[in-house]
Amino acid sequence: MNRHTWYRTYRPYISPMDPCPPIKVKRYSTPPNLFVGFQPPGLEQFPALAALKAGTLWKCFYDPYYSLKELKRGSENETASP
Amino acid sequence: MWVYEKKLQYPVKVSTCNPTLAKYLIEQYGGADGELAAALRYLNQRYSIPDKVVGLLTDIGTEEFAHLEMIATMVYKLTKDATPDQMKAAGLGAHYANHDNALFYNNAAGAPWTATYIQAKGDPIADLYEDIAAEEKARATYQWLIDLSDDTDLNDSLRFLREREIIHSQRFREAVEILKEERDRKKIF
Repeated sequence: MNRHTWYRTYRPYISPMDPCPPIKVKRYSTPPNLFVGFQPPGLEQFPALAALKAGTLWKCFYDPYYSLKELKRGSENETASP
Repeated sequence: MWVYEKKLQYPVKVSTCNPTLAKYLIEQYGGADGELAAALRYLNQRYSIPDKVVGLLTDIGTEEFAHLEMIATMVYKLTKDATPDQMKAAGLGAHYANHDNALFYNNAAGAPWTATYIQAKGDPIADLYEDIAAEEKARATYQWLIDLSDDTDLNDSLRFLREREIIHSQRFREAVEILKEERDRKKIF
């Protein structure tokens, strides 16, 4: 599962009278726990050490958050998996 | 009874001297959706919740204290060497006046922690829904902290903590599913 699917966007109304440069697209997080219900058995796991780093044993629940600044910088962390 | 392990749940490394970050991080220490509020909320609700989910509240409440300790470490590292002038420049002048460089349970705006942040309604669904909401709010707080921070090492620890909020929310949602099951429902009223 691609982590980018865990984010949604919307376009807020922009008034011609707004005092500041508008943010055209707003992003919000919809993490995997919203979609799983009771966890089914036999899901794919991280190896033990990677799980400790990721914060979860279960690959389907891994959803790291990066700020827009970090994404823009394309930091090495962005593409890193645990 | 608890057993204490003298180590952090996840390493905390702070690589930039930026005491202003401590002012923001304290939100997760003594704020309404912070780790202290979470730990005390779950470890209190657990007495009056069905047996099937008591253990979950105990486990998660205990883990919240491990998170509290991580946040405390971050705040401490960021402020321990700050002079009064640096504290003032970081927006922590009022904090210094009251606490020197000590940590205190208050939110990012300086409001002290209060038990009114948490609830125990005694109704299992009401309590678990509060817990789910608390986890989602803590997850969002970590997002905004990551947005505010330029410290890659610190952000790595914050991302770990945010992931744990996701897992906790998932487990609380599963607890609701367990309580919804009809297996133990009384057939005769």
